[in-house]
Amino acid sequence: MSIATAFQTIGPYWHLIEDPAMADLTRFGAEGEVITLIGTLTENGGVPLPGSCVEIWQSSPPASEVFPGYGRANTDEQGNFRLVTLKPGPVPGRGNTQQAPHIAINILGRGIVTRLYTRAYFEGEPLNATDPLLAMLDDPARRATLIAKAAGPNTWRLDICTQGDNETVFIDI
Amino acid sequence: MNEINGFRPPVPGSQPSNDSPAYLTTRQRHPLRPLLAFPHTVTETTGPQFSPAHFPPMTDLSVVDGKAAQGERIIVRGRVTDEDDRPVAHTMIEVWQANAAGRYRHPQDTHDAPLDPHFRGDGRVFTDADGWYQYTSIKPGAYPWRNHNNAWRPNHIHYSLFGAGFATRLITQMYFPGDPLLAFDPIFHAVPDEAARNRLVSRFDLDVTQPERALGYRFDIVLRGRTATPMGI
Ligand SMILES: [Fe+2]
Repeated sequence: MSIATAFQTIGPYWHLIEDPAMADLTRFGAEGEVITLIGTLTENGGVPLPGSCVEIWQSSPPASEVFPGYGRANTDEQGNFRLVTLKPGPVPGRGNTQQAPHIAINILGRGIVTRLYTRAYFEGEPLNATDPLLAMLDDPARRATLIAKAAGPNTWRLDICTQGDNETVFIDI
Repeated sequence: MNEINGFRPPVPGSQPSNDSPAYLTTRQRHPLRPLLAFPHTVTETTGPQFSPAHFPPMTDLSVVDGKAAQGERIIVRGRVTDEDDRPVAHTMIEVWQANAAGRYRHPQDTHDAPLDPHFRGDGRVFTDADGWYQYTSIKPGAYPWRNHNNAWRPNHIHYSLFGAGFATRLITQMYFPGDPLLAFDPIFHAVPDEAARNRLVSRFDLDVTQPERALGYRFDIVLRGRTATPMGI
């Protein structure tokens, strides 16, 4: 038995491996309900976090030769990020449960030692009412930090705050 | 019933805390509220698989446009396994680093050290069927950062790995043996356990070293292992 290697921050210079094309998960020709996920990343006090990495993974629709299921985007000077992907469907949960459609998100950047893991759900999805993870959040304000809101045609907005009053719910992964 | 083998939680002390105040910019960036405990589902136990067709390997960082980069050529070789010592086969590793003078080819890096037209600093390599990987580069230089007075990062190469699931994602840094700056580096010291910290330090390896060509360093990486039995709800 061995022990997993320790995390170290991705730092400010991860752009050496950034490829802006990776922000579009449909670039290999995937077809389906194409959506744009936008948001603003902030730290305590609502200060934008530029130059950070917002990376996503979704197990639905299943990854294929034309759909990687994974993408990442830089945050610009105002902390804004933008990813294009396919709208996920319901995802099996543990036991006989079903999870509402969601996208897994890691926040990486300078000053973030490991990764901050969270999820984006979608406002108005009927399954949100019975989603096992959302059900753990009694406080509507806390719960709202995980729910992307419609922000135009096929566009969803989820702002993410690493610390403070509007702190996003981060998940122990 | 969806029975799911989650990944094991970290061994205490082996992973750094996001609240690592000696690394100043963490202070406004680490969550103040406890993380939500939620058992892994298929979202966390599966993850992206990268194909060399879409992500071609770039295993020699030491040459750009057919010309050699400035600096001490090195070969880095190692094995990626999980906590059960099983090889992690055909997984993508991304690396990036400063040049020999300690300067990144990055607009935000304003350190007064020369850029090298024959060094970019990004690489990509896939492990083989037995978990082994290898690439060629040049030894990165130390560079200053403004964390505290006279703060310098030890020589390091950044790593990004994915493994089998989103839960096994790993971002880390490889260091070099005998670096006097390690003793003063708050990022390195954010890892509480000394043995876990020292596993981030590569070791000089004469078997990886190639005569008349390059020094060799060995750097093995361990990704999280699965829980022994499927966990219930
Ligand atoms: Fe660095």
